[in-house]
Amino acid sequence: MIAIIDYGAGNIFSVRNALNYLEIENQLTDDISVIEKADKILLPGVGAFPSAMKMLGNKNLIPVLKEQAQKKPFLGICLGMQMLLSKSYEFEECDGLNLISGTVDRIPAEDLIIPHMGWNKLEIQNDCPLLKNLPDDAYVYFVHSYMATCQDEKNLSAWVEYGGKVPALITDNKYVFGAQFHPEKSGEVGLQILRNFANL
Amino acid sequence: MLAKRIIPCLDVRNGKVVKGVNFQGIKEVGDPVACAAEYNRQGADEIVFYDITASHEGRGVMLDVVRETAKRVFVPLTVGGGIKTVDDIRDTLRAGADKVSVNSQAVQNPQLIRDGADIFGSQCICVGIDAKKTKAGNWTVFINGGRIDMELDLLDWVKQIEQLGAGEICLNSIDTDGVKKGFDLPMLKAVVDAVKIPVIASGGAGKLGHFAEAFQKTDCSAALAASLFHFKELTVGEVKADCRIKNIIVRT
Repeated sequence: MIAIIDYGAGNIFSVRNALNYLEIENQLTDDISVIEKADKILLPGVGAFPSAMKMLGNKNLIPVLKEQAQKKPFLGICLGMQMLLSKSYEFEECDGLNLISGTVDRIPAEDLIIPHMGWNKLEIQNDCPLLKNLPDDAYVYFVHSYMATCQDEKNLSAWVEYGGKVPALITDNKYVFGAQFHPEKSGEVGLQILRNFANL
Repeated sequence: MLAKRIIPCLDVRNGKVVKGVNFQGIKEVGDPVACAAEYNRQGADEIVFYDITASHEGRGVMLDVVRETAKRVFVPLTVGGGIKTVDDIRDTLRAGADKVSVNSQAVQNPQLIRDGADIFGSQCICVGIDAKKTKAGNWTVFINGGRIDMELDLLDWVKQIEQLGAGEICLNSIDTDGVKKGFDLPMLKAVVDAVKIPVIASGGAGKLGHFAEAFQKTDCSAALAASLFHFKELTVGEVKADCRIKNIIVRT
Protein backbone atom coordinates (compact mmCIF):
# COMPACT_ATOMS: atom_id res chain seq x y z
CA MET A 1 0.00 0.00 0.00
CA ILE A 2 1.23 3.48 -0.89
CA ALA A 3 0.50 6.15 1.71
CA ILE A 4 -0.30 9.47 0.00
CA ILE A 5 0.49 12.13 2.55
CA ASP A 6 -2.54 14.37 3.05
CA TYR A 7 -1.34 17.50 4.81
CA GLY A 8 -3.78 19.98 3.29
CA ALA A 9 -1.72 21.21 0.36
CA GLY A 10 -2.29 20.93 -3.32
CA ASN A 11 -4.29 18.67 -5.53
CA ILE A 12 -3.87 15.18 -4.16
CA PHE A 13 -6.78 13.76 -6.14
CA SER A 14 -5.00 13.58 -9.51
CA VAL A 15 -2.24 11.41 -8.17
CA ARG A 16 -4.81 9.27 -6.39
CA ASN A 17 -6.82 8.94 -9.64
CA ALA A 18 -3.68 7.80 -11.46
CA LEU A 19 -2.83 5.15 -8.82
CA ASN A 20 -6.44 3.93 -8.80
CA TYR A 21 -6.41 3.72 -12.60
CA LEU A 22 -3.26 1.59 -12.40
CA GLU A 23 -4.93 -0.52 -9.69
CA ILE A 24 -2.17 0.30 -7.22
CA GLU A 25 -3.40 0.16 -3.64
CA ASN A 26 -3.17 3.53 -1.93
CA GLN A 27 -4.50 5.50 0.98
CA LEU A 28 -4.73 9.23 1.65
CA THR A 29 -3.50 9.74 5.17
CA ASP A 30 -2.00 12.02 7.80
CA ASP A 31 -1.95 9.21 10.36
CA ILE A 32 1.53 8.33 11.62
CA SER A 33 0.68 4.66 12.24
CA VAL A 34 -0.65 4.26 8.68
CA ILE A 35 2.51 5.89 7.30
CA GLU A 36 4.65 3.51 9.36
CA LYS A 37 2.74 0.48 8.07
CA ALA A 38 2.71 1.54 4.41
CA ASP A 39 5.02 -0.13 1.85
CA LYS A 40 5.79 3.16 0.18
CA ILE A 41 5.25 6.85 0.71
CA LEU A 42 4.17 9.47 -1.78
CA LEU A 43 4.45 13.16 -0.90
CA PRO A 44 2.47 15.39 -3.28
CA GLY A 45 2.46 19.15 -3.20
CA VAL A 46 1.40 22.27 -5.02
CA GLY A 47 1.84 25.74 -3.56
CA ALA A 48 4.56 27.53 -1.65
CA PHE A 49 7.44 25.83 0.18
CA PRO A 50 7.28 27.59 3.58
CA SER A 51 3.54 27.06 4.05
CA ALA A 52 3.76 23.40 2.97
CA MET A 53 6.60 22.70 5.45
CA LYS A 54 4.57 24.48 8.13
CA MET A 55 1.56 22.27 7.38
CA LEU A 56 3.73 19.12 7.64
CA GLY A 57 5.07 20.48 10.93
CA ASN A 58 1.63 21.28 12.30
CA LYS A 59 0.57 17.70 11.66
CA ASN A 60 3.75 16.47 13.34
CA LEU A 61 4.73 14.55 10.21
CA ILE A 62 8.32 15.73 9.72
CA PRO A 63 10.07 13.20 12.04
CA VAL A 64 8.09 10.20 10.75
CA LEU A 65 8.71 11.13 7.09
CA LYS A 66 12.45 11.56 7.70
CA GLU A 67 12.63 8.24 9.52
CA GLN A 68 10.49 6.25 7.04
CA ALA A 69 12.47 7.62 4.09
CA GLN A 70 15.43 5.56 5.34
CA LYS A 71 13.37 2.35 5.25
CA LYS A 72 11.02 2.33 2.25
CA PRO A 73 10.57 3.84 -1.20
CA PHE A 74 9.55 7.48 -0.97
CA LEU A 75 8.48 9.67 -3.89
CA GLY A 76 8.02 13.43 -3.71
CA ILE A 77 6.17 15.13 -6.56
CA CYS A 78 6.60 18.77 -7.60
CA LEU A 79 6.71 20.77 -4.35
CA GLY A 80 6.96 17.37 -2.63
CA MET A 81 10.22 16.86 -4.53
CA GLN A 82 11.54 20.26 -3.53
CA MET A 83 10.76 19.52 0.13
CA LEU A 84 13.21 16.56 -0.01
CA LEU A 85 16.07 19.05 -0.21
CA SER A 86 17.94 20.85 2.57
CA LYS A 87 16.73 24.40 2.12
CA SER A 88 14.49 26.61 0.00
CA TYR A 89 14.66 30.31 -0.75
CA GLU A 90 11.04 30.65 -1.95
CA PHE A 91 9.84 33.90 -0.28
CA GLU A 92 12.05 33.25 2.75
CA GLU A 93 14.83 30.88 3.79
CA CYS A 94 13.17 27.70 5.01
CA ASP A 95 14.49 24.25 5.97
CA GLY A 96 13.33 21.22 4.01
CA LEU A 97 13.34 17.53 4.94
CA ASN A 98 17.06 17.35 4.05
CA LEU A 99 16.83 13.84 2.59
CA ILE A 100 18.93 14.95 -0.39
CA SER A 101 21.55 17.70 -0.09
CA GLY A 102 20.65 20.75 -2.12
CA THR A 103 18.64 23.92 -2.36
CA VAL A 104 15.55 25.34 -4.05
CA ASP A 105 15.74 28.67 -5.88
CA ARG A 106 13.79 30.56 -8.52
CA ILE A 107 14.37 29.32 -12.09
CA PRO A 108 17.11 31.68 -13.30
CA ALA A 109 15.99 31.90 -16.95
CA GLU A 110 15.39 35.63 -17.39
CA ASP A 111 14.12 35.66 -20.96
CA LEU A 112 11.85 32.69 -20.54
CA ILE A 113 8.31 32.46 -19.35
CA ILE A 114 7.98 31.66 -15.64
CA PRO A 115 6.31 29.37 -14.55
CA HIS A 116 7.97 26.70 -16.62
CA MET A 117 4.70 25.15 -17.75
CA GLY A 118 4.17 22.47 -20.32
CA TRP A 119 5.75 19.34 -21.77
CA ASN A 120 9.51 19.00 -21.74
CA LYS A 121 11.84 16.17 -22.74
CA LEU A 122 13.71 14.17 -20.10
CA GLU A 123 17.47 13.97 -20.56
CA ILE A 124 18.86 11.05 -18.60
CA GLN A 125 21.90 11.81 -16.45
CA ASN A 126 22.14 8.66 -14.31
CA ASP A 127 20.29 5.37 -14.51
CA CYS A 128 17.29 5.24 -12.23
CA PRO A 129 14.76 2.47 -11.61
CA LEU A 130 11.89 4.96 -12.09
CA LEU A 131 13.03 5.56 -15.69
CA LYS A 132 12.70 1.92 -16.79
CA ASN A 133 10.69 1.08 -19.92
CA LEU A 134 10.28 4.64 -21.16
CA PRO A 135 10.36 5.64 -24.85
CA ASP A 136 13.51 7.36 -26.19
CA ASP A 137 11.83 10.75 -26.33
CA ALA A 138 10.05 10.84 -23.00
CA TYR A 139 8.10 14.07 -22.44
CA VAL A 140 6.64 14.93 -19.04
CA TYR A 141 4.45 17.77 -17.78
CA PHE A 142 5.84 20.60 -15.62
CA VAL A 143 4.30 23.51 -13.74
CA HIS A 144 6.77 25.32 -11.46
CA SER A 145 8.60 28.57 -10.84
CA TYR A 146 11.26 27.28 -8.43
CA MET A 147 13.78 24.54 -9.09
CA ALA A 148 16.06 22.18 -7.20
CA THR A 149 19.83 22.20 -7.26
CA CYS A 150 21.51 19.06 -5.94
CA GLN A 151 24.84 19.52 -4.23
CA ASP A 152 26.11 16.29 -5.76
CA GLU A 153 25.52 15.48 -9.45
CA LYS A 154 25.15 11.79 -8.60
CA ASN A 155 21.77 12.63 -7.06
CA LEU A 156 20.50 13.89 -10.42
CA SER A 157 18.80 11.19 -12.52
CA ALA A 158 17.22 13.34 -15.25
CA TRP A 159 16.94 16.99 -16.25
CA VAL A 160 15.21 19.10 -18.89
CA GLU A 161 16.43 22.07 -20.88
CA TYR A 162 14.80 25.36 -19.91
CA GLY A 163 17.29 28.20 -20.04
CA GLY A 164 19.80 25.67 -18.67
CA LYS A 165 19.60 22.31 -16.93
CA VAL A 166 16.48 22.08 -14.79
CA PRO A 167 16.51 19.01 -12.49
CA ALA A 168 13.53 16.77 -13.27
CA LEU A 169 14.19 13.59 -11.30
CA ILE A 170 16.46 13.31 -8.26
CA THR A 171 17.28 10.46 -5.87
CA ASP A 172 19.38 9.67 -2.83
CA ASN A 173 20.27 6.43 -4.71
CA LYS A 174 18.59 4.41 -1.99
CA TYR A 175 14.91 4.90 -1.20
CA VAL A 176 14.16 8.54 -1.89
CA PHE A 177 13.03 9.90 -5.28
CA GLY A 178 11.76 13.31 -6.32
CA ALA A 179 9.98 14.28 -9.54
CA GLN A 180 9.72 17.97 -10.36
CA PHE A 181 7.16 17.11 -13.07
CA HIS A 182 3.70 15.68 -12.53
CA PRO A 183 3.74 11.97 -13.47
CA GLU A 184 -0.03 11.93 -12.86
CA LYS A 185 -0.44 14.47 -15.68
CA SER A 186 2.24 13.17 -18.03
CA GLY A 187 0.24 10.69 -20.09
CA GLU A 188 1.60 7.17 -20.65
CA VAL A 189 5.15 8.15 -19.70
CA GLY A 190 3.98 9.42 -16.33
CA LEU A 191 1.89 6.32 -15.68
CA GLN A 192 4.91 4.14 -16.45
CA ILE A 193 6.99 6.11 -13.92
CA LEU A 194 4.29 5.57 -11.27
CA ARG A 195 4.18 1.87 -12.19
CA ASN A 196 7.97 1.70 -11.79
CA PHE A 197 7.68 3.28 -8.35
CA ALA A 198 4.96 0.86 -7.32
CA ASN A 199 7.11 -2.07 -8.50
CA LEU A 200 10.19 -1.08 -6.45
CA MET B 1 12.89 22.95 -24.67
CA LEU B 2 9.18 23.13 -24.08
CA ALA B 3 7.13 21.36 -26.71
CA LYS B 4 4.47 23.27 -28.64
CA ARG B 5 1.07 22.03 -27.51
CA ILE B 6 -1.84 20.82 -29.65
CA ILE B 7 -5.12 21.20 -27.79
CA PRO B 8 -8.48 19.79 -28.85
CA CYS B 9 -11.52 21.55 -27.42
CA LEU B 10 -14.83 19.84 -26.69
CA ASP B 11 -17.98 21.96 -26.55
CA VAL B 12 -20.28 20.42 -23.96
CA ARG B 13 -23.94 21.16 -23.32
CA ASN B 14 -25.80 19.41 -20.50
CA GLY B 15 -23.07 16.81 -20.26
CA LYS B 16 -23.02 15.90 -23.98
CA VAL B 17 -20.56 16.92 -26.66
CA VAL B 18 -22.32 19.27 -29.04
CA LYS B 19 -22.53 18.22 -32.70
CA GLY B 20 -22.41 14.56 -31.71
CA VAL B 21 -18.90 13.35 -32.21
CA ASN B 22 -18.71 9.79 -33.39
CA PHE B 23 -15.23 8.37 -33.05
CA GLN B 24 -14.65 4.84 -34.14
CA GLY B 25 -15.07 2.39 -31.34
CA ILE B 26 -16.98 4.77 -29.12
CA LYS B 27 -20.51 3.59 -28.59
CA GLU B 28 -21.96 6.45 -26.60
CA VAL B 29 -22.10 9.16 -29.22
CA GLY B 30 -21.31 12.53 -27.73
CA ASP B 31 -19.96 11.21 -24.44
CA PRO B 32 -17.37 13.81 -23.43
CA VAL B 33 -15.41 11.40 -21.23
CA ALA B 34 -14.99 8.94 -24.11
CA CYS B 35 -14.08 11.76 -26.51
CA ALA B 36 -11.46 13.09 -24.10
CA ALA B 37 -10.02 9.57 -23.75
CA GLU B 38 -9.83 9.29 -27.55
CA TYR B 39 -8.03 12.66 -27.85
CA ASN B 40 -5.65 11.50 -25.13
CA ARG B 41 -4.95 8.37 -27.18
CA GLN B 42 -4.24 10.53 -30.25
CA GLY B 43 -1.62 12.45 -28.28
CA ALA B 44 -3.46 15.62 -27.19
CA ASP B 45 -1.23 17.66 -24.90
CA GLU B 46 -4.14 19.06 -22.97
CA ILE B 47 -7.91 18.83 -23.25
CA VAL B 48 -10.34 21.73 -23.00
CA PHE B 49 -13.99 21.35 -22.08
CA TYR B 50 -16.02 24.37 -22.97
CA ASP B 51 -19.34 24.32 -21.12
CA ILE B 52 -22.06 25.98 -23.15
CA THR B 53 -24.83 24.92 -20.78
CA ALA B 54 -27.03 27.89 -20.09
CA SER B 55 -28.68 26.77 -16.87
CA HIS B 56 -27.17 26.76 -13.43
CA GLU B 57 -28.15 23.09 -12.88
CA GLY B 58 -25.97 22.23 -15.85
CA ARG B 59 -22.85 23.15 -13.94
CA GLY B 60 -23.18 20.11 -11.70
CA VAL B 61 -23.36 17.90 -14.78
CA MET B 62 -20.17 19.51 -16.12
CA LEU B 63 -18.37 18.85 -12.85
CA ASP B 64 -19.38 15.18 -13.09
CA VAL B 65 -17.89 15.09 -16.59
CA VAL B 66 -14.64 16.56 -15.26
CA ARG B 67 -14.59 14.13 -12.34
CA GLU B 68 -15.06 11.10 -14.60
CA THR B 69 -12.53 12.33 -17.16
CA ALA B 70 -9.92 12.91 -14.45
CA LYS B 71 -10.19 9.22 -13.51
CA ARG B 72 -9.26 8.07 -17.01
CA VAL B 73 -7.27 10.80 -18.74
CA PHE B 74 -3.86 11.76 -17.39
CA VAL B 75 -3.02 14.96 -19.24
CA PRO B 76 -3.96 18.46 -18.08
CA LEU B 77 -7.64 19.38 -18.26
CA THR B 78 -8.98 22.90 -18.69
CA VAL B 79 -12.59 23.86 -18.14
CA GLY B 80 -14.17 27.05 -19.47
CA GLY B 81 -17.64 28.49 -19.77
CA GLY B 82 -19.87 29.86 -17.07
CA ILE B 83 -17.16 30.36 -14.44
CA LYS B 84 -18.20 33.52 -12.60
CA THR B 85 -16.84 33.36 -9.07
CA VAL B 86 -13.92 32.14 -6.99
CA ASP B 87 -16.23 29.39 -5.72
CA ASP B 88 -16.85 28.26 -9.31
CA ILE B 89 -13.08 28.10 -9.83
CA ARG B 90 -12.62 26.11 -6.62
CA ASP B 91 -15.39 23.63 -7.50
CA THR B 92 -13.96 23.10 -10.97
CA LEU B 93 -10.40 22.53 -9.76
CA ARG B 94 -11.63 20.20 -7.00
CA ALA B 95 -13.50 18.14 -9.57
CA GLY B 96 -10.14 17.47 -11.22
CA ALA B 97 -9.52 20.32 -13.65
CA ASP B 98 -5.97 21.66 -13.74
CA LYS B 99 -6.94 25.07 -15.11
CA VAL B 100 -10.04 27.13 -15.62
CA SER B 101 -10.65 29.45 -18.52
CA VAL B 102 -12.58 32.66 -17.83
CA ASN B 103 -13.81 34.89 -20.62
CA SER B 104 -16.78 37.31 -20.49
CA GLN B 105 -16.79 37.18 -16.69
CA ALA B 106 -13.19 38.38 -16.60
CA VAL B 107 -13.98 41.37 -18.82
CA GLN B 108 -16.90 42.35 -16.61
CA ASN B 109 -15.05 41.61 -13.39
CA PRO B 110 -11.25 41.68 -13.86
CA GLN B 111 -10.78 41.14 -10.11
CA LEU B 112 -11.82 37.51 -10.72
CA ILE B 113 -8.44 36.99 -12.44
CA ARG B 114 -6.50 38.47 -9.52
CA ASP B 115 -8.49 36.59 -6.87
CA GLY B 116 -8.20 33.31 -8.76
CA ALA B 117 -4.45 33.73 -9.27
CA ASP B 118 -3.86 34.72 -5.64
CA ILE B 119 -5.79 31.81 -4.21
CA PHE B 120 -5.05 28.99 -6.65
CA GLY B 121 -1.91 30.17 -8.47
CA SER B 122 -1.43 31.82 -11.84
CA GLN B 123 -0.93 28.48 -13.55
CA CYS B 124 -4.62 27.65 -12.95
CA ILE B 125 -6.00 30.80 -14.55
CA CYS B 126 -6.34 30.98 -18.30
CA VAL B 127 -8.15 33.98 -19.77
CA GLY B 128 -10.10 33.31 -22.96
CA ILE B 129 -10.59 36.24 -25.33
CA ASP B 130 -12.80 36.70 -28.38
CA ALA B 131 -11.52 39.62 -30.45
CA LYS B 132 -12.17 41.20 -33.83
CA LYS B 133 -10.45 43.74 -36.03
CA THR B 134 -11.94 47.25 -36.17
CA LYS B 135 -12.12 49.60 -39.15
CA ALA B 136 -9.38 51.64 -37.48
CA GLY B 137 -7.08 48.62 -37.72
CA ASN B 138 -6.78 47.66 -34.05
CA TRP B 139 -8.66 44.81 -32.38
CA THR B 140 -11.39 45.00 -29.72
CA VAL B 141 -12.65 42.48 -27.18
CA PHE B 142 -16.12 40.94 -27.47
CA ILE B 143 -18.12 39.08 -24.83
CA ASN B 144 -21.08 36.71 -24.71
CA GLY B 145 -19.80 34.42 -27.42
CA GLY B 146 -18.74 37.25 -29.70
CA ARG B 147 -22.05 39.08 -29.59
CA ILE B 148 -21.19 42.24 -27.63
CA ASP B 149 -18.34 44.59 -28.57
CA MET B 150 -16.88 45.96 -25.34
CA GLU B 151 -14.85 48.54 -27.30
CA LEU B 152 -11.92 47.46 -25.17
CA ASP B 153 -8.60 47.50 -27.03
CA LEU B 154 -7.21 43.96 -27.26
CA LEU B 155 -3.59 44.87 -26.56
CA ASP B 156 -4.57 46.99 -23.53
CA TRP B 157 -6.64 44.08 -22.25
CA VAL B 158 -3.93 41.43 -22.61
CA LYS B 159 -1.44 43.62 -20.74
CA GLN B 160 -3.99 44.13 -17.99
CA ILE B 161 -4.65 40.39 -17.82
CA GLU B 162 -0.95 39.72 -17.37
CA GLN B 163 -0.72 42.35 -14.62
CA LEU B 164 -3.65 40.76 -12.83
CA GLY B 165 -1.79 37.46 -12.65
CA ALA B 166 -3.28 35.32 -15.40
CA GLY B 167 -1.11 32.34 -16.30
CA GLU B 168 -2.13 32.00 -19.91
CA ILE B 169 -4.23 33.55 -22.68
CA CYS B 170 -6.42 31.64 -25.12
CA LEU B 171 -6.91 34.02 -28.05
CA ASN B 172 -9.82 33.40 -30.40
CA SER B 173 -10.23 35.50 -33.52
CA ILE B 174 -13.84 36.14 -34.47
CA ASP B 175 -12.69 37.06 -37.98
CA THR B 176 -11.01 33.72 -38.70
CA ASP B 177 -13.13 31.41 -36.50
CA GLY B 178 -15.02 28.94 -38.68
CA VAL B 179 -13.48 30.25 -41.92
CA LYS B 180 -10.87 27.45 -42.00
CA LYS B 181 -8.23 29.56 -43.74
CA GLY B 182 -5.76 29.47 -40.87
CA PHE B 183 -5.23 31.22 -37.54
CA ASP B 184 -5.32 35.03 -37.36
CA LEU B 185 -1.55 35.48 -37.51
CA PRO B 186 -1.37 39.30 -37.31
CA MET B 187 -3.56 39.37 -34.21
CA LEU B 188 -1.75 36.41 -32.68
CA LYS B 189 1.66 37.96 -33.25
CA ALA B 190 0.56 41.30 -31.79
CA VAL B 191 -0.64 39.60 -28.60
CA VAL B 192 2.35 37.26 -28.25
CA ASP B 193 4.68 40.26 -28.58
CA ALA B 194 2.70 42.30 -26.02
CA VAL B 195 2.88 39.82 -23.11
CA LYS B 196 5.29 37.30 -21.55
CA ILE B 197 2.69 34.70 -20.58
CA PRO B 198 1.90 31.78 -22.95
CA VAL B 199 -0.65 32.39 -25.69
CA ILE B 200 -2.86 29.69 -27.22
CA ALA B 201 -3.98 30.30 -30.82
CA SER B 202 -7.65 29.60 -31.48
CA GLY B 203 -10.01 30.00 -34.41
CA GLY B 204 -9.39 29.28 -38.05
CA ALA B 205 -7.54 25.98 -38.34
CA GLY B 206 -8.84 24.28 -41.46
CA LYS B 207 -6.02 22.07 -42.63
CA LEU B 208 -2.86 20.33 -41.53
CA GLY B 209 -0.35 23.10 -42.29
CA HIS B 210 -2.20 25.78 -40.33
CA PHE B 211 -0.85 24.59 -36.98
CA ALA B 212 2.80 24.55 -38.07
CA GLU B 213 2.26 27.95 -39.71
CA ALA B 214 1.11 29.49 -36.41
CA PHE B 215 4.22 28.11 -34.66
CA GLN B 216 6.59 29.19 -37.44
CA LYS B 217 5.23 32.72 -37.84
CA THR B 218 4.54 33.58 -34.21
CA ASP B 219 5.88 32.55 -30.80
CA CYS B 220 2.54 31.18 -29.64
CA SER B 221 2.85 28.27 -27.17
CA ALA B 222 -0.10 26.17 -28.30
CA ALA B 223 -2.82 25.87 -30.90
CA LEU B 224 -6.41 24.85 -30.25
CA ALA B 225 -9.14 23.52 -32.51
CA ALA B 226 -12.59 22.10 -31.97
CA SER B 227 -14.63 21.12 -35.02
CA LEU B 228 -11.60 20.08 -37.06
CA PHE B 229 -10.92 17.32 -34.57
CA HIS B 230 -14.63 16.73 -33.78
CA PHE B 231 -15.43 15.86 -37.35
CA LYS B 232 -12.30 13.74 -37.74
CA GLU B 233 -11.03 15.92 -40.57
CA LEU B 234 -7.68 15.60 -38.83
CA THR B 235 -6.32 13.75 -35.82
CA VAL B 236 -4.03 15.26 -33.23
CA GLY B 237 -1.43 12.71 -34.31
CA GLU B 238 -1.50 13.91 -37.93
CA VAL B 239 -1.07 17.53 -36.85
CA LYS B 240 1.89 16.60 -34.68
CA ALA B 241 3.52 14.56 -37.44
CA ASP B 242 3.28 17.58 -39.76
CA CYS B 243 4.84 19.84 -37.10
CA ARG B 244 7.64 17.34 -36.53
CA ILE B 245 8.51 17.22 -40.25
CA LYS B 246 8.83 21.01 -40.08
CA ASN B 247 11.23 20.80 -37.12
CA ILE B 248 8.74 22.12 -34.59
CA ILE B 249 9.20 20.47 -31.21
CA VAL B 250 6.10 18.56 -30.20
CA ARG B 251 5.59 15.84 -27.63
CA THR B 252 5.86 12.35 -29.06
